[in-house]
Amino acid sequence: MQTDIYRVNVGPIHPSTHGGLHAEAVMDGEIIQDVIVHLGYVHRSVEKIAESRTYQQFVPYTARLDYLATNLPVLGYCQTVEKLLGIEVPERAEYIRVIMAELSRIASHQIAIAATGIDLGATTGLMYGMRDRERIMNIFEMTGGQRLLSSYIRIGGVAADIPDDFIPAVRSFVNDVPQMIDEYNGLMTGNEIWAARMQGVGILNPEDAVKYGVTGPNLRASGIAYDIRKAEPYGIYDRLDFDIPTGSRGDSLDRWTVRIEEVRQSGRIIGQALDNLPEGEIIARVPKTLKPDPGKDIYHRIESAKGELGYYIVSDGGNKPYRLHVRAPSFINLMVLPLVCRGGVFQDIITNIATLDPILGESDR
Amino acid sequence: MQEFNLEQMVQNLEEQIGDKLRTVRDQFFIVLNIDKSELRSLMFKLRDDYGFNHLANLSSVDYGEEFELVYHLYSIPANDKICVKTRVVRNSAEVDSLIEIWSTADWQEREVYDLMGIKFKGHPNLIRVLLPDDFEGHPLRKDFVMGGR
Amino acid sequence: MEALFVNLAAVLSGWLTSLGLSPIWADTVLLFVKWIIVITIITLNIIILIWLERKVSAFFQERLGPNRLGPFGIFQTIADAIKLLTKEDIVPSAADKLIFKTAPMFFIVVAVMLYTVIPMGQGMEVINLNIGLLFFISIGSLSTIALLMAGWGSNNKWSLMGAVRSVAQMVSYEIPLAFSLLGVVMISGSLNLQDIVAAQGKLWFIILQPIAFITYFIAATAELNRGPFDMPEAEQELTGGAYTEYTGMRWALFFLAEYTNLVAVSALMATVFLGGWQGPWLPSWLWIIIKTYGVILVFFWVKWTFPRIRMDHLMSFSWKVLVPVSLGNILLTGAGIYFCRWMGWC
Repeated sequence: MQTDIYRVNVGPIHPSTHGGLHAEAVMDGEIIQDVIVHLGYVHRSVEKIAESRTYQQFVPYTARLDYLATNLPVLGYCQTVEKLLGIEVPERAEYIRVIMAELSRIASHQIAIAATGIDLGATTGLMYGMRDRERIMNIFEMTGGQRLLSSYIRIGGVAADIPDDFIPAVRSFVNDVPQMIDEYNGLMTGNEIWAARMQGVGILNPEDAVKYGVTGPNLRASGIAYDIRKAEPYGIYDRLDFDIPTGSRGDSLDRWTVRIEEVRQSGRIIGQALDNLPEGEIIARVPKTLKPDPGKDIYHRIESAKGELGYYIVSDGGNKPYRLHVRAPSFINLMVLPLVCRGGVFQDIITNIATLDPILGESDR
Repeated sequence: MQEFNLEQMVQNLEEQIGDKLRTVRDQFFIVLNIDKSELRSLMFKLRDDYGFNHLANLSSVDYGEEFELVYHLYSIPANDKICVKTRVVRNSAEVDSLIEIWSTADWQEREVYDLMGIKFKGHPNLIRVLLPDDFEGHPLRKDFVMGGR
Repeated sequence: MEALFVNLAAVLSGWLTSLGLSPIWADTVLLFVKWIIVITIITLNIIILIWLERKVSAFFQERLGPNRLGPFGIFQTIADAIKLLTKEDIVPSAADKLIFKTAPMFFIVVAVMLYTVIPMGQGMEVINLNIGLLFFISIGSLSTIALLMAGWGSNNKWSLMGAVRSVAQMVSYEIPLAFSLLGVVMISGSLNLQDIVAAQGKLWFIILQPIAFITYFIAATAELNRGPFDMPEAEQELTGGAYTEYTGMRWALFFLAEYTNLVAVSALMATVFLGGWQGPWLPSWLWIIIKTYGVILVFFWVKWTFPRIRMDHLMSFSWKVLVPVSLGNILLTGAGIYFCRWMGWC
């Protein structure tokens, strides 16, 4: 039978593209032949802006990269600058940072869980994820005064000490994490339709994952236990005990379960950080103008919720970065979207976007 | 892939490549400054002989007369890291594409082309990735005029 | 109370004849009155149903749902209806105007026609048709054409994909739907819905035909385009499917028709499997309402719990599971009837 290839534009305005993603699907009937990804709808020229802002002024811009896990990109940037200048961060600040970073990771994964739920038509799943994330937002509000984009982590430490009701709130949240996971699993993971839509969909084998530079939960779902918190520990992660959940098939279901397991592990990390939280200073003595040595450059990376988030900063001796580059995990993870979609049916695009969990603010910068 | 030592590797590479390779050590990375003609062969060696399978970061810096391309490589099983830098002159900014070695170079090279205007020889689809197709200029160059249009 | 509406009709008919109308004309007028009543009930029902679905889904999702207008937000739907009525009516310039505009009307007319045969109580139906069940199934399948019209007329890829999916889905699920009702017809020996209700005097067919009930429920969910089979609509994938280009009242008509279908199918389910209007103490017309709403709540429950199924799984589920199972059920029912006669029980 004579058939025509037709193109469907998923996005940039589409309910399931998590922001301004534009995936042009080349379809043969219901079968995907190729997906062409068009980016840049949320491009805000962050790297260029960095060149005209001082090191401190740039902190809030980083919070707007991955706005769903706001503390992680801020943490990455602050650590990069601290490393560049050789600033020692006080012990207490390090622990608070770990708590905030892991809470952000949970918040990001819960959005991923919620969004996957609604993308696959399980609308109730959305509300479950959002409901639990709301508690994290309340905790953020306690510390930085801001819920979504709290630039609470600063160069040298954190902006303010934690309030009295912070620890009980975090503790009760962490205690409820296993129960939340049971709920997600009960509503979604255990569902036959859910498993049928995810199993074997969007398989990313480990060789391709490494070749394409995929990092984070997506890489671990392909069976490679690579986590920067273990491989190249930053902050105080070498003192904390946690596991790296991995998948075996590298399909959407693995990416989904790996994220859920990471929520559990982050809960464990926060528990340990709370137990060992020392007293003391919360921010190091940082000069008003930061002037790293001229000609120095640094690449520092952290394990963000989406993968390897790196900052490459070149200094010319001034108080502004000469060049700042963000290695955005979402940008690089999105590169495999055509690879994992090919040969699937149309609805798999939605599943794959949801389980690859890109965030367009970070991807487009 | 046998056990190896990073210093040993650098020595071997220096012997093989000669004066086109200049090694600098700073407190974070061992930096291999390579002439752009040898970039591809060096990268092949690094991936195949020394197991650097993860091209983490591909970036570029504008130094006026010259652009510098910066590659940060990691080896996932052995947990080693190395930085490779190469320079191209401004008015003939072109360098070999690494897309054959690491597929991840695809969009990263497109981004460098988009924002810095460095061309990559052998890249199959070198078009803008972040900016609109009809955008004029490359904004991360230092001589890019900002302000209202 | 039991014969309230039947008596009202008799009084009205008597009054009309006393005015000098011939019995045929009196009957015709009465038919129109019945139709108007049915349409009023449908409209009121939908206002309640939309509110109920929002409240029920809010309950599942630990939200509050509508709670501003009136007690428990009961007037929210009315406000929404006013909003939809006053909205701009946009017809895409590339659309096939005639098809685009008639599709929603066609859809709602088909949906309302389903009510013709449903017994709303003892002796309460618009027409007591002796092929009632067949009529219901055949009219119900016409809504496919309305969706195809909407999808084709919109001249939009998403709409067309939604329409094509809906045709594929409805044609596939029509078969298990009809097959699962055949078992009931075999036992009751009639296609007349009042007869089927009467045959359930002792035992509801849900007990005699549990497999048919389940296959019918699944097939009906697909026929209604409700989650997890809401493929033609699929907001998250097809951005609204066949309804993508519709605005204002045209869109609202689709919405109304979907709920009208929902009530009709649930009422049929109550009639065929749950003993219809029969029940103790309460009047018959109240029983059918209670049973229908019970079935509707199960539909809500399913929709707000399950994720959407994938298109190819949906098709293979129909052809590879539902059709064989419902065919097997027919075989089993036939054998059961013979066994029953052989034993002399019936």
